[in-house]
Amino acid sequence: MSFRSAVITFPGSNCDRDMAVALEAVSGTPALRVWHGDAELPERLDFIGVPGGFSYGDYLRCGAIASRSPIMRAVVEAAGRGVPVLGVCNGFQVLTEAGLLPGALMRNAQQTFVCRTVPLTVATSQSLFTAGYEAGQTIRLPVAHHDGNYFADEATLDRLEGEGRVAFRYGETCNGSRRDIAGVLGETGNVLGMMPHPERAIEPDHGGSDGRALFESAVNALVAA
Amino acid sequence: MKVRIHVSLKPGVLDPQGRAVHHALEGLGFTGIEDVRVGRLIELDVADGTSDAALDEMCRKLLANMVIENYRIEKAEMAQ
Repeated sequence: MSFRSAVITFPGSNCDRDMAVALEAVSGTPALRVWHGDAELPERLDFIGVPGGFSYGDYLRCGAIASRSPIMRAVVEAAGRGVPVLGVCNGFQVLTEAGLLPGALMRNAQQTFVCRTVPLTVATSQSLFTAGYEAGQTIRLPVAHHDGNYFADEATLDRLEGEGRVAFRYGETCNGSRRDIAGVLGETGNVLGMMPHPERAIEPDHGGSDGRALFESAVNALVAA
Repeated sequence: MKVRIHVSLKPGVLDPQGRAVHHALEGLGFTGIEDVRVGRLIELDVADGTSDAALDEMCRKLLANMVIENYRIEKAEMAQ
């Protein structure tokens, strides 16, 4: 069974190729590439990647314009049908702006761009994206962002924690995120948004391969289904 | 019709940009500044008769992020 994945490209996306390469490396099947102006997604998708970058030059707010593009209506609809959707970095911003994930990503508290590899704690292994990790495990992934400061009101944060929807937390001070949240899951568990870049840590030559298990988890979830 | 949309961070939402501007002002020797918050001003030129409800919807759907921001709609004086 082949794994049908698609990666969306917006004007200003710059991690779309990395995401596609990671998906192919792990699944053995090339990812389909989808342009933001398309109104429809390819049929029978098993996975949708919303990549990092600076869509629309971060105009208005990061991810704001991309989240209103024609293809995102199709992504929101697919997510509603249960198709796994992963948003990384700018992709996370796009998914919050699209209303698929709660909260917002604000300017880093220290005001500076942060570009380094950080330790992360896997907060739950109970998701199709994190099943390949142990809860409490520390992994290392690169971050590269200016607006990764996760904000949600206290009630929302309590709810996310109570429902096991925090996927990853920073293991060190990174950007001022509320409760050190680095990645969150959607209500039905098939949407994950995260600031760190798992697609940049697939092969040992990348300096680490801790991101590989995330994509493997998604592929295995499909095979098991 | 000219309309100004003032977008500002909700009270209680940390504004790192405002804090940096605050520090810079103090660095220039200005004193007595209690707080600085940075917002955004969006000027629209819309058809006369555009309803308040439509303007409101524009703000809620795109111009402001209601998770972190408030907005205020200001209609400019009609040209003489």
